[in-house]
Amino acid sequence: MIAGGNMRRRRRIDRLMTFVMWGALFVAVVPLVLILAQVVIKGIGQLSWDFLTQPEPFNQLEHSGGFGAGIRGTIKVVFIGSVMAIPLGILAAVYLTEYGRTSAFARLVRFLTDVMTGIPSIFVGIFIYTLIVLHTGSFSTWAGGLALGVLMLPIVVRTSEEILRLVPPDLREASFALGAPRWKTVTRVTLPAALPGLTTGCLLAVARAAGETAPLLLTAFGNQLMVPWSKFNGPESTLTYQIYQNSNSPFLAAQERAWTGALVLVFGILMLSVAARTIALRKSIGRR
Amino acid sequence: MSAITPDTTPERRLKRASRLSGDGTFKALTAVCAGSVLLILAGMLVETTNEAWPAFRKEGIDFVLANDWVPSAGRYGGAAFIYGTLVTSVIAIVLAVPMAVLIALFLTDVAPRRLRLPLTYVVDLLAAVPSVVYGLWGVIVLVPFLTDHVWQPMADHLGFIPLFSDFLSGRNYATAGVILAVMILPIISAVSREVFLTVPEGDRQGALALGATRWEMLRHAVLYRSRPGIAGAVMLGFGRAVGETIAVAYLIGGKADISVHLFHPGWSIASVIASQFNEAASNPDFRSALIALGVVLFVITLLINVAARFIISRTSRYT
Repeated sequence: MIAGGNMRRRRRIDRLMTFVMWGALFVAVVPLVLILAQVVIKGIGQLSWDFLTQPEPFNQLEHSGGFGAGIRGTIKVVFIGSVMAIPLGILAAVYLTEYGRTSAFARLVRFLTDVMTGIPSIFVGIFIYTLIVLHTGSFSTWAGGLALGVLMLPIVVRTSEEILRLVPPDLREASFALGAPRWKTVTRVTLPAALPGLTTGCLLAVARAAGETAPLLLTAFGNQLMVPWSKFNGPESTLTYQIYQNSNSPFLAAQERAWTGALVLVFGILMLSVAARTIALRKSIGRR
Repeated sequence: MSAITPDTTPERRLKRASRLSGDGTFKALTAVCAGSVLLILAGMLVETTNEAWPAFRKEGIDFVLANDWVPSAGRYGGAAFIYGTLVTSVIAIVLAVPMAVLIALFLTDVAPRRLRLPLTYVVDLLAAVPSVVYGLWGVIVLVPFLTDHVWQPMADHLGFIPLFSDFLSGRNYATAGVILAVMILPIISAVSREVFLTVPEGDRQGALALGATRWEMLRHAVLYRSRPGIAGAVMLGFGRAVGETIAVAYLIGGKADISVHLFHPGWSIASVIASQFNEAASNPDFRSALIALGVVLFVITLLINVAARFIISRTSRYT
């Protein structure tokens, strides 16, 4: 074989491209590290119990107070969204894996669910605005929660479907062989077997919803005051909304609050993601 | 076989048993839940188009072709926003696609086996950062950095190219494009990775057995086979970039203008809706115009996503 300069050149390109690939990964990770570092450095100083529980001060110049209203609001809207999207999404996934499978209807639903994951979140906000806010005449916690629910639904459907598909057919067949009807097999065998995976999928959907801003601007709107836990029919702040508002403020105290809000938000979402991954990992270890 | 009456075939008996056990009800319940997706999508189209109709009827085709957005005078021509959306998304794609594809290749074939899973998580974490945090970071850190070290020097040295001439502001199409690139990188990379994993191991081994270096194997066996899948991934990323709102609202500058200069401020559809909705809520014409912009955005992303999903579904294992 003629292993002349050509081979040397090819080897060199090979090494160069390996280097370039390492570099690409490095360049992609740099913003992540920088963002996390900045959020911690700029945000940690003002973090306190008051920040998590008190509303914003009326005087924007003041350093006191925090994003308590927004944190409570985020918990409320994400809760409404979850209550809507998780049962609906898991049952839809059950239909796709257990009943519809390759039928034309199931294929259509699957395709449109995929398409739905790509709909801009601001458009979902517009939809809920026209559907709820225009008709009730007021921005509300309900509207914000529904908007998040619509955003979460396709994520829950698709991840749950992937997970249910992974449940070994032997389990289902064993249940059928004992004479259990399909609904009993689903509720007693398939869903419990898939529970860790389903939890992972739902946590990821919750994490995604908690970080949304755009649809909430048009639905939950925002509120300087703390809204009671039990009140859902008026405007309400969310954490992301308060970050957005305060960061656009010319006052230093407000900007500092925005960074601390970002720290709380990023930390919360990362914890949800890590929890989701840990549960998924546990399951795969238990299987072995 | 033919002697058995249909009533006693196992299928028949199963059907009867499932009827008695209430399985039909459960099936119907799950089918309704699955159908709710169709219902929500249909509801979206009808509700929003209904509210947007006055604006479409009043402005006609000028709504998307005229660059004339003066809400105070009741003039709504949104061409600048469509232009800004497309320009920033194209910049994002140009920057993100080569990076994302190289990273995906790296994670499937090149990285040390032990590092593959943790590194994949790290790349996925980029998708977990909320867009409001990208925006905040972009304004405080990215804008000054890019202005001083990238955009200004580019304008000085490459100013003979119209795209890069005439630096006006750090909040511009290019900066918005950069943050969008970071935001869509994980999805393009994740979908590409899935596609690369479907390339049979035999193709890889075959290429190596013929004497290819690893890069030649990746290029001619893996990348070559994955072209449709990568195209789908790129379109999914493009769809995301088009619909991104808050980070762009922070960084694009907020000016209803059409300019070939990438260092000029502009505006995108999604970000103008977020920025102006407050003022518009009490003015029905203005509100209708913003909702109509939303419908335009929806139609654009719908076309992109349907095309992307169509391409991907033809190449992937299931669906």
